[in-house]
Amino acid sequence: MAWTWFHRLASPPHIYRVAGRLTPWFAWPAALLIIAGLIGGLVLAPPDYQQGEGYRIVYVHAPSAWMSLMVYVTMAVAAGVGLIWRMKVAHAVAASCAPIGASFTFAALVTGSLYGKPMWGTFWVWDPRLTSELILLFLYLGYMGLRSALDDVQRADRVSAVLAVVGVVDVPIIHFSVIWWNSLHQAPSVMRLGEPTMPPSMYVPLLLMLLGFTLLFGALLLVRVRGEVLSRERSATWIREALQA
Amino acid sequence: MSALTAARLVLARDLKLAFRKPSQLIQPLAFFAIVTTLFPLGVSPDLPRLKPMAAGVVWAAALLSSLLALEMLFRDDAQDGTLEQYALSGRSLTWLLAAKTAAHWLLTGLPLALMAPLAGMALGAPSSAIPGIVASVAVGTVTLSLIGSIGAGLTLGIRRSGALLSLLTLPLEIPVLIFGARATELAIDGAAYGVPLQLLGALAVLGLTLAPLAAAAAVRINLE
Amino acid sequence: MSDYRLEGDNVHLWRGDHHVLRGVGFRVSGGECLQLTGANGAGKTTLLRAACGLAYPEGGQITWCGANIRTDMQSFHAQLAYLGHEPPLKAELTARENLHYWVGVRRHVDGQELDHALERVGGEHWADRPVRTLSAGQKRRAALAGLTLMRVPLWLLDEPTTNLDSEGQQLVGALIDEHLQAGGLALAAVHHELAVSAGDGLRRMELTLE
Repeated sequence: MAWTWFHRLASPPHIYRVAGRLTPWFAWPAALLIIAGLIGGLVLAPPDYQQGEGYRIVYVHAPSAWMSLMVYVTMAVAAGVGLIWRMKVAHAVAASCAPIGASFTFAALVTGSLYGKPMWGTFWVWDPRLTSELILLFLYLGYMGLRSALDDVQRADRVSAVLAVVGVVDVPIIHFSVIWWNSLHQAPSVMRLGEPTMPPSMYVPLLLMLLGFTLLFGALLLVRVRGEVLSRERSATWIREALQA
Repeated sequence: MSALTAARLVLARDLKLAFRKPSQLIQPLAFFAIVTTLFPLGVSPDLPRLKPMAAGVVWAAALLSSLLALEMLFRDDAQDGTLEQYALSGRSLTWLLAAKTAAHWLLTGLPLALMAPLAGMALGAPSSAIPGIVASVAVGTVTLSLIGSIGAGLTLGIRRSGALLSLLTLPLEIPVLIFGARATELAIDGAAYGVPLQLLGALAVLGLTLAPLAAAAAVRINLE
Repeated sequence: MSDYRLEGDNVHLWRGDHHVLRGVGFRVSGGECLQLTGANGAGKTTLLRAACGLAYPEGGQITWCGANIRTDMQSFHAQLAYLGHEPPLKAELTARENLHYWVGVRRHVDGQELDHALERVGGEHWADRPVRTLSAGQKRRAALAGLTLMRVPLWLLDEPTTNLDSEGQQLVGALIDEHLQAGGLALAAVHHELAVSAGDGLRRMELTLE
């Protein structure tokens, strides 16, 4: 009985309809939360006692970095589900995650680099977090590159799924080794907020941004999955009916 | 007749094949030598200036050479149908591919480990560092061969996959680079290199248990 | 008669957007050889690959002796031999060495068995030369020698007479005959009728293009 919803979830026309209906429920709250977070972080929160106004970019940097990792895990889980249970929709979800995750990673790198500039005078430092983000970007690019190198969509799905699963196992190892490497050499670290504990006026906007970014990911994923499902099922008859509706 | 016997036969076959075409074995080693040479030419002939970066250069060169050598792991067998026969042999493909990867390491990783001290010394390392350099590169290249086998399995169906293979494999190999270069660096400085060497060993053990599974999955998908 | 049986039930398989196998059903029992015919692209190779488990059908199932092949792929594979378009031989090894490694992974073969199998296919003269020096027909014969050494009940053959002269085609027929008489079964994709004399045991099935 419980399996019926699981199997319906696997049905492309069902996903297409459900995704379409759910999108506004993610998009509007996301917009509200992000706007609230930005106002809270950029305007209302007090300046950091060590870094002044410059720290504010953390309100975009930290959620982006967090999302870049969360999206990779989501992608790997969806890919794993598609690999084990041979669910086409799971593969479509994984494929949809990749460009979104790569964009978050890129945003994290750019904001991190901008944050470092006034402090260190250069656009790039080999800070452990930035370095990990850079490697994560390579992992995303590798995943997308592998997909695009194969013409057969089914094979591309399954092969890239293996890569995603291997990647997700390696990500904590990479992260640990980069932190270890960094600790050996006393390199500069970008993300040091002056106070050991943040006052609510500082961390509440951060939480709002985090939640907003998560919902934004949800909205973007739903939109992309619909597009993926359409392009994969283009020869199926339900498409004509759905588009007329 | 056990899986181990079959695996040993696969290993023996790959070794015999490699020695019938020895020129293929020399290429990754020559590449290693050339890449190492690029650094003094690009930076400075001054040994004291090269010594601090010797470990990093040796390891970067080792990673790249190991990548180059991946060509010979599955490609031939995929093209002449013998890989397919392994998948249909009634034996665990995981074990057979592990055997192939072991042969690959014996033919490329181990020679690299023996050559690495020469490169290190050419970049200013003392001869006392030889055991440490050999040990770290030998253990590290085991993991490089294992991770490489996953990449090679994934890109089986793709023509001219060299650049893509690097993009897939190198980021996954970064922990090996970090621990390996640290062990080599400590060896060159005459310090104790046990900790990073143990971390390298841990990676190799993890790789041994997981990589052949992933490689077998990738190969089966490409044979579909 | 043996109770070996390979069955395909309502098999559907897509290659990309192309619906190659559309509800194909077949059945081969011990002592039978089923020949698959059809134009290029009709799905003969695809069906063979689905039958041995390399290709995964989107619908239907393949069963061996009543059990779905997916339940225990390894022991299913241990009972079959698959010969594709290209003979699976390493160019740098001799025919004898190739057989030693190819069959050896499955079961131990001693020198005498190898000699006997190579003689059967007319390979006494070229058995110890590197495979890259052999003609296409000789390579095909070497592959057939390997097939006989496998000692498995199920043979899956993709155009087994490619590159063979008329004498070679007779050889293929004779080998399949012997195999069927011993209780084995064969599923073969062919362009021309095989020279098999098994009478009732020889059947044909035509696959058509969409």
